[in-house]
Amino acid sequence: MKTTLSWLKSHLVTEAPLSALVDRLTMLGHEVESMEDRAASLKGFVVARVVSAEPHPNADRLRVCRVDAGKGEVQVVCGAPNARTGMKGVFGPVGVTIPKTGTPLQESTIRGVASRGMLMSAAELALGEDHSGIIELPADAPVGASYASLVGLDDPVLDIKVTPNRADCLGVRGIARDLAAAGMGRLSPLDTTPIEGRFRSPIAIHIEDRKACPLFLGRHIRGLKNGPSPRWLREKLEAIGLRPISALVDITNFLTFDVNRPLHVFDAGKVTGDLTVRFARRGEKLLALNGREYELDPEITAIADDVGVQSLGGVIGGEPTACTETTTEVFVEAALFDPIRTAATGRRLEIISDARYRFERGVDPAFVGPGLEIATRLILELCGGEASEVVVAGAAPDWQREYLLRPERLAGLGGLHVPPAESRAILETLGCTISEAAAEHGGSLRVEPPSWRGDIEGEADLVEEVLRVKGYDEIPAVPLPRETVISRPAIDARRRRAELVRRTLASRGLTEAVTFSFISSRVAELFGGGKPELRLVNPISAELDAMRPSALPGLVEAARHNADRGFPDAALFELGPAYRDDTPEGQLTVAAGLRAGRLGPRDWRQPPGEPDLYDAKADALAALAAMGAPVDNIQTADDPPPWFHPGRAGALRLGPSLLAHFGELHPDVLDAFEVKGPVAAFEVFLDAVPLPRAGRGKPPLKLSVFQPVERDFAFIVDRDLPAETLLRAARSVDRKLVSEIRLFDVYEGKGLPDGKKSLAISVVLQPQEATLTDSEIDAFSKRLVVAVEKATGGTLRS
Amino acid sequence: MEDADRLRDEVLGEISRAETPDALEAIRVAALGRRGRLTELMRGLGALAPEARREAGAALNAVKDVIAAALAEAGDRLGRAARAAQLAGERADVTLPVQTGETGRIHPISQTVDEIVAIFGEMGFVVAEGPHIEEDFYNFTALNIPPEHPARQEHDTFYLPERPDGSRLVLRTHTSPVQIRTMLAQTPPIRIIVPGRTFRADHDATHSPMFHQVEGLVIDRTTHMGHLKGCLIEFCRAFFDVEDLPVRFRPSYFPFTEPSAEVDIGCSRKGGELKIGAGGDWLEILGSGMVHPQVLRNCGIDPAEYQGFAFGMGIERVAMLKYGIPDLRTFYDSDLRWLRYYGFLPLDIPSPVRGALAGSMAGGAA
Repeated sequence: MKTTLSWLKSHLVTEAPLSALVDRLTMLGHEVESMEDRAASLKGFVVARVVSAEPHPNADRLRVCRVDAGKGEVQVVCGAPNARTGMKGVFGPVGVTIPKTGTPLQESTIRGVASRGMLMSAAELALGEDHSGIIELPADAPVGASYASLVGLDDPVLDIKVTPNRADCLGVRGIARDLAAAGMGRLSPLDTTPIEGRFRSPIAIHIEDRKACPLFLGRHIRGLKNGPSPRWLREKLEAIGLRPISALVDITNFLTFDVNRPLHVFDAGKVTGDLTVRFARRGEKLLALNGREYELDPEITAIADDVGVQSLGGVIGGEPTACTETTTEVFVEAALFDPIRTAATGRRLEIISDARYRFERGVDPAFVGPGLEIATRLILELCGGEASEVVVAGAAPDWQREYLLRPERLAGLGGLHVPPAESRAILETLGCTISEAAAEHGGSLRVEPPSWRGDIEGEADLVEEVLRVKGYDEIPAVPLPRETVISRPAIDARRRRAELVRRTLASRGLTEAVTFSFISSRVAELFGGGKPELRLVNPISAELDAMRPSALPGLVEAARHNADRGFPDAALFELGPAYRDDTPEGQLTVAAGLRAGRLGPRDWRQPPGEPDLYDAKADALAALAAMGAPVDNIQTADDPPPWFHPGRAGALRLGPSLLAHFGELHPDVLDAFEVKGPVAAFEVFLDAVPLPRAGRGKPPLKLSVFQPVERDFAFIVDRDLPAETLLRAARSVDRKLVSEIRLFDVYEGKGLPDGKKSLAISVVLQPQEATLTDSEIDAFSKRLVVAVEKATGGTLRS
Repeated sequence: MEDADRLRDEVLGEISRAETPDALEAIRVAALGRRGRLTELMRGLGALAPEARREAGAALNAVKDVIAAALAEAGDRLGRAARAAQLAGERADVTLPVQTGETGRIHPISQTVDEIVAIFGEMGFVVAEGPHIEEDFYNFTALNIPPEHPARQEHDTFYLPERPDGSRLVLRTHTSPVQIRTMLAQTPPIRIIVPGRTFRADHDATHSPMFHQVEGLVIDRTTHMGHLKGCLIEFCRAFFDVEDLPVRFRPSYFPFTEPSAEVDIGCSRKGGELKIGAGGDWLEILGSGMVHPQVLRNCGIDPAEYQGFAFGMGIERVAMLKYGIPDLRTFYDSDLRWLRYYGFLPLDIPSPVRGALAGSMAGGAA
């Protein structure tokens, strides 16, 4: 909402300086987003008379002018074709800053003739595009006067952010009223004296649906002449960014912004029969004032004459009945339209208008008549003619309501003690009607908000009004009392372990990324997603139209982007959501990561390897270990989902629950992303890991005093045998004696039969009762060999 | 006993001239070995009379001790020389570069969330979370934003397909629905903080279709606007680590709070550089207010009995301000150079007891 300082002062009698008004507005909840002082850039430019304009002795196109700017005559060389003796123009003396270039004007010599200033074009003053000639001012413009004040540009423009609840402040008067309540001046009276009608309006009005349009007032004005508005009106509209069109149109715009009273003016000569507010009929059309034609339907509130729809109530007028230069009679409409319907119509037809903006926020239901009177007075004043009696359909809705304000609520809710008399005074200046409540309410005030404050809906709003005007600065800040001396943990076990996963993965060299929750459907399908219920109806782009089934696609995309930028070695992870379905339970928390390119920098000690499935498995298991998952009980299976390499990926499970996928991504997936492989990736499903049972501590640690013994065994087994089969068999030989089994070598090739491999394990035996004897060790070794050979079908490698 | 003395002198001479451990060993064998000269002399003692044997034996033992000590000393000397000679040949190039096994980085959003949680945790708040795919009721209606409310259009909501019953799920446009879910599930007192992803169909230099917010909610019998101010002033000063940071509360409007306040912090923009602190200028950082009585009623809480405040702020925004990150969109670019530069070390865990909430930025070599 824009206004100028002088416009504001037309409603507010104040001595306060601009900066004080701006500060107070902001602290009243009307944030001043910008303050544009258009005069600032025009400082120093003054009205001057061209005393003489003679041809330049050395240049055909130049003139040597003697200019009087009130401080003696100055010689100026000018190239403008319209520079001539006796004219008045805008003079820039040496030293002023030229707005267009931002550089100071310097004394110069042009083709041998000295020039001490400039006669300015509109373009040079950054006031327009026109650089065909210098600005010509009226003959009565006073020489030496400031150009900015001459043309009304010395009036700062304020852009005020009006919150959606304060429809009343969508008019300058509403803002002035708030400032007056805050002690920044006095609200000037507004002349809304009814204008007596001279005749009966030939156009009658009707309302078909009182909900869509509770009240419709109208008035016929004849014998008028439409033309350009006077300067004061044009300047006001231009200052807030509106284009003046004609007096009739400008008056409606003026009332919209001045008193928040949108109006419409029909060219009565183009209206056939009466005007009726009714729902549009299917198939009806309207060519609107914005030049576009709209197809209407029965949800839309229309104003129609005998021919058809002529205007969309509260949204936009129609071209066929629009006022033009030749209009001589009008019908002025002042009505109330239902906010919800107005909003719906505007949204469906995608029409944004000042009227819609106001009606959908709610205009003052008691100001329809007064608004019409102001409009009538202005039309008669600016266009002449005579006005009919006011015709009325419907009635103003019942807006009166009353709330109790208990004095103790100011302190109890607002945190500030305000004496009841002061609360009362503030509310009264805001337009509320106040009376003492009955004795049983102990000093409470009965407050009836004014008609323009539909946003006040209860006691909390009244508290806000008082605090707002008092100033939030007055409220003493109080520390939030502590409930316990030492605060309880802010995060629960679930979130705590997620944080451990995050920082564990980062410790392992993976860098955390945050990628969008939505990806393209095409990619979602590659990762087992793309369900119709997870597709956005209104995505910002087709590439971001599906909720991601996995966090991996975003990371693969990120790896690609980094490679494109010349950084192909990416180790990334993300801890975030994956969406299985549209229920709250379908939103999983996952930790996904990948390693692409080389595993590390090139180094003289150890050349970096390429990532493979075992890197991914290690990352996944590290994440699971960080969460406290029972890592020793996790089973690895070779059944990865289809976006992984079918032979070089797997799944980690705990009983029936899937904890993670890991492995190298499928080459088809890499092709789809145009990423160079291999890419080792994992995805851990955090919610699938059981939470530790509360309150269960660890058993006491028992350290053996006897030396542990380590023995190595190598077995020749079939190449396809899963190592886990061998390890499981070895582990089960003597769970009490064996403290650790480690697979330390896998060998295939020379020295072994085809289709075979050698797996070597080291077994640590930890006796608890006595040092192991050689024969005990031998006995254990035999049992282990038998058990492993039996389980694997392999043989001990000698 | 001239023999013994001469032997001693000779052997000590040899020892002092020995240059290698092998030569020394040969001297030891020649003197003290089974057929060594001293051993032979010892053996000869048996032929002497007891008186003379005792005397001669003592003298020989003394000689033996002297030789043994000299051998040990020479052994040490030669050992040290040998070790020194060996080490002299073992010189590595200590200037060769090494790999420090650099860790990854924590994303600034995660770090900022942890910082915010650490501060509010101190004030007794606990973290709550909720779904991103949300019902219209939780995201709007229960928050006092009925279907035709103008505030809805400002939310640029993402919609999911219409369901058979005509309803449409939305991507939550703010973290506020978690307020509703919490109030419906718990009885006051409530103090929660809700960090999380939020979504709006808007994409330009200062808007991302996905961003993060943190929501706070306090509900009890006595919390008023003064507490709101106290709590948020504490937060702003702790978060930005500026003790005298000016914090300003300005009336505003949110459908779900009444009274409502926008919160600004002090800053200076001198020389085009933004600095947080007392500087005569203001920067808006969060929205807040007392929970609207209608919202309490919508959650089955009696506004005559309970009241409290709520607030919300953009996590990227405060992270940008605190860490001088210029562009919102870069948060989701996953550019490794950016992540290394603005990201945090994994062990840099925000905690109020450690002083500054975030130790130092990892920054440095990319």
